[in-house]
Amino acid sequence: MIYREAGRFKTSYASDQAIFPIVQDRVFVRAAVVAAFVVPPLVAGDYWLQAILIPFLIYALAAIGLNLLTGYAGQLSLGTGGFMAVGAYSAFKLTTAFPRLSIIAVFLLSGLAAAAIGLLFGIPSLRIKGFYLAVATLAAQFFLIWLFNKVAWFTNYASSGTITAPDRTVLGVTVTGPNATAAARYVMALAFVTVFALVAKNLVRGRIGRSWMAIRDRDIAAEIIGVRPLRTKLLAFGISSFYCGVAGAELVFLYLGSAETLAFDINQSFLVLFMVIIGGLGSVLGSFLGAAFIILLPIFLTRLPHSLGLIMSVALQKQIELMIFGGLILFFLIVEPHGLARLWQIGKEKLRLWPFPH
Amino acid sequence: MAVVTSGPTQLEIRGVSKSFGGVQAVSRVSVDVQKGQILSIIGPNGAGKTTLLNCISSVFHPETGTIVLEGQDLTRLSPARVAGRGIARTFQNIALFRGMTVVDNLMLGRHIHMKNGVLRSMLYWGPGRREEVEHRRVVEDIIDFLEIEAIRKRPVGSLPYGLQKRVELGRALALHPKVLLLDEPMGGTNHEEKEDMARFILDVNDEWGTTIILIEHDMGVVMDISQHVVVLDLGEKIAEGTPAEVKAHPQVIKAYLGTKATV
Repeated sequence: MIYREAGRFKTSYASDQAIFPIVQDRVFVRAAVVAAFVVPPLVAGDYWLQAILIPFLIYALAAIGLNLLTGYAGQLSLGTGGFMAVGAYSAFKLTTAFPRLSIIAVFLLSGLAAAAIGLLFGIPSLRIKGFYLAVATLAAQFFLIWLFNKVAWFTNYASSGTITAPDRTVLGVTVTGPNATAAARYVMALAFVTVFALVAKNLVRGRIGRSWMAIRDRDIAAEIIGVRPLRTKLLAFGISSFYCGVAGAELVFLYLGSAETLAFDINQSFLVLFMVIIGGLGSVLGSFLGAAFIILLPIFLTRLPHSLGLIMSVALQKQIELMIFGGLILFFLIVEPHGLARLWQIGKEKLRLWPFPH
Repeated sequence: MAVVTSGPTQLEIRGVSKSFGGVQAVSRVSVDVQKGQILSIIGPNGAGKTTLLNCISSVFHPETGTIVLEGQDLTRLSPARVAGRGIARTFQNIALFRGMTVVDNLMLGRHIHMKNGVLRSMLYWGPGRREEVEHRRVVEDIIDFLEIEAIRKRPVGSLPYGLQKRVELGRALALHPKVLLLDEPMGGTNHEEKEDMARFILDVNDEWGTTIILIEHDMGVVMDISQHVVVLDLGEKIAEGTPAEVKAHPQVIKAYLGTKATV
C-alpha cells in the first residue's frame, strides 16, 4: 500500500463497521467504480467487452449469489445452473408477455422467480447437510433443466427450443438484443453487479449475514442463542437464488443473445462453484477474483502457446484447462480454503507493516 | 461466603426425565431455582448434569416433566424460542463461531434483540445502521466488562482456550439473559483463568442480578461462589442445599468417595 493507516482513528462504531474503514480505500474504490463505468466503454474494443468483461461481470454476480449460500451460510449447492435457468426463462417469458415492461424490472422479477424456486429447493436443508444437501440441489439442477426442455410453453413453442433476447432500451439506449452495442450491455451488467455487490456486502456485515455465518460455523450454538435455522437457511437459499436468477437472465440477455437449456447445464453449476472456491469462500471480493480467474484462464491458455509460437489443438487446450482447474481447486481446498481473497488479505496485512514486520 | 437469598422461584424444573437408548441419563429430577441465585449442579461423570442443562435449553426435550420459567412453560419450545424467553448458555466444549471475530460472536448474542430484516440489512442505512450501532454499543460494554478489548477484532478460532471461554461467556451475556447456564466454565483452564472466571460470574450475578446455573467440577470454586448446590448421581438428585449442608450429606460423600470397604 502506498499509504498507511497509522494515525487514522475511528471515533464511532459506525465508522468502525464501514465496508472500507480507511478513507483512502474508500476513495480508491469509488474512483475505481467510476472508472469501470467510464473507461472500458470508451477504450476497450468489442472483443474485450464481449469476450471478457461482460461474462466476467455476469459470472461475478452469480458467484456472489452462490458465495452467500455456500461461503457465508455454509450450504453447499450444485443447483446454480438450474436457478440461473429459472432467471433466464422467466426473463424471456416476461419480455414476451409484457413487451412494455422495463428490462430492469424484468431482471429483478426474474430474480424473484428464481428466489421462489430456490426457497422451494432449500426446504430439505433443514434436515440434510453437506454432501447430501449437495445431492438434493443436484436434483434441482436436473429437474429444472428437464422441465425447461420438456415444457414447450417456456420457449413460447419455438421449434428450435431456444430463447432469444428481444430489443429493449433503458433511457433510450438499446441494452439487449441483437442491436445493442457491447458497451451498452457492459454498462448494464456493471450497474447490476455494482448495486448487488454492495447489497451483498451490507447483508453479510449485518444481522442477516451474521446469522448465516453462525449457522455455517456451529448450527447448534446458533440455535441456542436464538437464530432460527430453517428461516435463516431458507433466506440464504432465496437471496442466493435471486442473484443467480438475475445472473442467468443477464447471461442470455446481455451476453449470449439466445440460448438453450444447454447453457445452464451442470457444468455451469460447477463453473460457478469453482469460482467461489478459487476466489474465496465467504468473501464478496473473492467472488470477483474467482470469476476473473476462471474467465481469463482459458483466454490466457489460448493466447500463450500462440504467442510462444506453439501450435496447440483446441481439444488439448481444453484438457489443460480442466487439469489446471482441478489442480487449483485441490490446491485451494487443501492449502487456502479462503482462496484468492485470503491471499489478497495476507498480502495487505504484510504490506501494512512492511518493511518492519514487527 | 454463601448467603442464601430466598427470592421467588424463577425457574421450576419438575420431574424431568431423559434417556438415551437404555441409559436413563436424567430421571425425575426436580429443582427450584430462585431469582438471582447462583446454583451449582455437581456430580460424578455421567451423572446427567449436562443432559439436565440441555433439557433446560431445549437441545433435547425431556420425556417427562416440565420446565417453567416465570410461569411460562418452556418444555416443548425450540432452542431458539427458549433463547428468546431469556435463557442463555455456554457449552462444555466451547461452541463459538470460529470463523468470526470476537465482536461478531458477541453481536450474535444480540440477534434476538435486533429487528433488522432483509430490506433494512440490504440498505444498511438509516434505521438499519442505527440498530447495528446501538447493539454494538451494548456489545462493547460487555467487551469492556470482560476485559477483552484487545482481541475484539481477532477471529475466535485463533484465541487461546481460556480466552475462548471468556468470549463464550460474553456471547451468552450479550443476550441479557434472565437465567444463565454455564457448563463447566472453568474446565481446562489454569488457576488464574479460573479466578478471573469466578470473579466474572460473581460480578454478573451482582451487577445484573442474573440467575446462574453452573456445572463445575472444582469443588473449591463451587463451595465458594454458589448459594445452592444440587448433587446428581446416575441421573438422580441425591442431595441439595447450601454448600455446607451438601458437603456433610452422607450420600454425597458416598457418591464421591465410595462406601467404606468392609473387611
